[in-house]
Amino acid sequence: MDLKNTSDFVSGFWNMYVIVITLVSVIGCGVFLLLQDKAKTNAGNTTGHVWDETLEEFNNPLPNWWRWMFYITVVFALVYLALYPGLGNMGGSFGWTMRGQYEAEMKKADDQYGPIFKKFQSQDIRAVAANSEAREMGQRLFLTYCAQCHGSDAKGAKGFPNLTDQDWLFGGTPAQIKESIVKGRDAAMPAKGIKPDLNADQIKDLANYVRSLSGISTDSIRTQRGKELFGQACGACHGPDGKGMVGVAPNLSDKVWLYGSKEEDIVETITKGRINRMPAFGEFLGDAKVHLLTAYVYGLGGGAKDDAPAAPAAAPAADAPAAPAAPAAPAEKK
Amino acid sequence: MQSQATYNYKVVRQFAVMTVIWGIVGMLVGVIIAAQLVWPDLNVHEFLSYGRLRPLHTNAVIFAFGGCALFSTSYYCVQRTSHAPLFAPGLAAFTFWGWQLIILLAALSLPLGFTSGKEYAELEWPIDLLITVVWVSYAIVFFGTLVKRKVSHIYVANWFFGGFILTVAVLHLVNSAEIPVFAAGVLTPKSYSAYAGVQDAMIQWWYGHNAVGFFLTAGFLGMMYYFVPKQAGRPVYSYRLSVVHFWALVFTYMWAGPHHLHYTALPDWTQSIGMIFSLILLAPSWGGMINGIMTLSGAWHKLRDDPILKFMITSLSFYGMSTFEGPMMSIKTVNALSHYTDWTVGHVHSGALGWVAMIAIGCTYYILPRVFGKTEMASKKLIEIHFWVATIGVVLYIASMWIAGVMQGLMWRATNPDGTLTYSFVESVKATYPFWTIRLLGGVLFLSGMLIMAWNMFLTMAAGKATDAPVLEPAGAH
Repeated sequence: MDLKNTSDFVSGFWNMYVIVITLVSVIGCGVFLLLQDKAKTNAGNTTGHVWDETLEEFNNPLPNWWRWMFYITVVFALVYLALYPGLGNMGGSFGWTMRGQYEAEMKKADDQYGPIFKKFQSQDIRAVAANSEAREMGQRLFLTYCAQCHGSDAKGAKGFPNLTDQDWLFGGTPAQIKESIVKGRDAAMPAKGIKPDLNADQIKDLANYVRSLSGISTDSIRTQRGKELFGQACGACHGPDGKGMVGVAPNLSDKVWLYGSKEEDIVETITKGRINRMPAFGEFLGDAKVHLLTAYVYGLGGGAKDDAPAAPAAAPAADAPAAPAAPAAPAEKK
Repeated sequence: MQSQATYNYKVVRQFAVMTVIWGIVGMLVGVIIAAQLVWPDLNVHEFLSYGRLRPLHTNAVIFAFGGCALFSTSYYCVQRTSHAPLFAPGLAAFTFWGWQLIILLAALSLPLGFTSGKEYAELEWPIDLLITVVWVSYAIVFFGTLVKRKVSHIYVANWFFGGFILTVAVLHLVNSAEIPVFAAGVLTPKSYSAYAGVQDAMIQWWYGHNAVGFFLTAGFLGMMYYFVPKQAGRPVYSYRLSVVHFWALVFTYMWAGPHHLHYTALPDWTQSIGMIFSLILLAPSWGGMINGIMTLSGAWHKLRDDPILKFMITSLSFYGMSTFEGPMMSIKTVNALSHYTDWTVGHVHSGALGWVAMIAIGCTYYILPRVFGKTEMASKKLIEIHFWVATIGVVLYIASMWIAGVMQGLMWRATNPDGTLTYSFVESVKATYPFWTIRLLGGVLFLSGMLIMAWNMFLTMAAGKATDAPVLEPAGAH
């Protein structure tokens, strides 16, 4: 749909209605003032009416400066309506629109800043991640678009993944990180896994077993019972050993807990399930900025090294800086 | 007529006392939420969290404090300038108890999380219905008294009170049109607006801006027109000016709402109309200020030793300041900087504390001794102290929010050479802390002033006793 040529009015009548009522009202203000201006006043004398023993009114004329201020605002309003949109569908002679202003400002910004971002676009993510200028730009983008959920230090919070560790729900290769940013990610764990008849006691058993996978001390009888249930309820996604699968289900045997490792946290996760979403940024940010952000996230230290077997094992993590120690770093540089 | 007939001061007395009480409550909640911004850990429970207390603060100061002041002063003024006691005294008593019940229900339901989500109209539909009944009763009492008047002309203060009562009825009915939710066939206190999308936003801000224009301006100008000439002992400066600015004000305010929705989904033409009428509104607003301040011309010396007059004239100065600031902020390019920042909060409080609260306080100091059989408050000294504490409080409040607001606006739009934002949002929050602390101090001062007022009120009440003045015959031939 061409939004530029649609009308705000369902019919020409309402367009005319708005035009007429607006003009009559603005001009009416001026005419009213003019007529009142001509009304008789009597400086220094009262109107002759008295209320409540002492209340009287002088009949002084309108102050000159005030009268002119009023006229000027009326004239300004008429001039403004001629220049800018205001009279229904009549656009105003400047042709200004809010949408047009936005598009012009965005175009100007793209022309001015586009090349700065584009110069990294053709480079490999690892190279970009190792470039300090690119990292600074990436961090600024991160603080604007990502920090609200993942935190200024990218270490996340409950329900928001930590981007600085080695645990990647949807994969930590440059391509996978980029895909997460461009398309966003949806994740859902069904309540009670694939065994909807789990009762509260069984859920507790499962929680104990799941905790034991990470080496947390648990009730041994419950753990044993939970182990038997795990295959039926959870194994299909998390795998028989609970090590999960990238893009399908988290690894339950490591120390990383998106929703907490306490027994009640895990009971809640199993009982109610979990639904989570990372929004898609591809269309909003464009390729060049996504490329820089990918490199920044990859360079935070957790980026997977194994998608390019030829690369030296320690290269990305060693070259890339550690997660920024001071979240307010850009401001401090000023 | 019988000389024993008295004005109905009982309802005036009740509302005047509750003005002070609700003023303390509403401003205390304001101080609490101001403190929560400085120390977020003070959000101790969901009932006492910022999001629940903020609407409680706005409702309490506008409708409980401001509302009680309007009832008390309008009932006082309309009887005395009509030379007739209130029409339908039973209904007048009902407006008092009904209004207090509404306030109580608001104080319970808002912290509990019942809200329609419309700013300054958060109360849910059962309370909205009660408001309608009380407001219609108010209109009957007020206009009934005017009908009974013994003088042919209607005093200017009553035009403003009348305009305020009629318009608020229309605003409330239109904006609060809502559809209650049936859950499993049972009627619940929850409701949804009858409007959707940008139309809902436009109705909301048509209401929101006119709540300021009529509840907090026209009504309080009514106060000004009765109590300033009374306290100054001088005639109103210009009858002609009052005619022009009354009609221009009530007509123009109706158009100004869209300036709350600049650069949103609201169409360009609607935004422009909101802006030009906001600018036209400058002169009509200043008309009220001129008429109030110039009433003192020839009697300026009274300002030196009359603290009540100080409250009134200072309030008019703040009124002039915020009604200049308002039109400026409605200009799109200024709004692009000020919108969503603490500048707006500062602007609102320069009107709410500087104008609304100070004129209400001045008028209540005028009324209190008279309805308790005295000619003056128990302590003039305490009024003087109250004046200075409150004035310093307002100045600290407004100045800190101006600085904070402009700083936020500039930080949000600052960009690096690569076009990225210089500051993340949270950095602007961090930078605002010192100003929130100063604002809190300003709020504490203003609240302290109200406590001083309450003390003075109790001293006055203890020394006097509830007294109703005899109805006066109109002066001269009418």
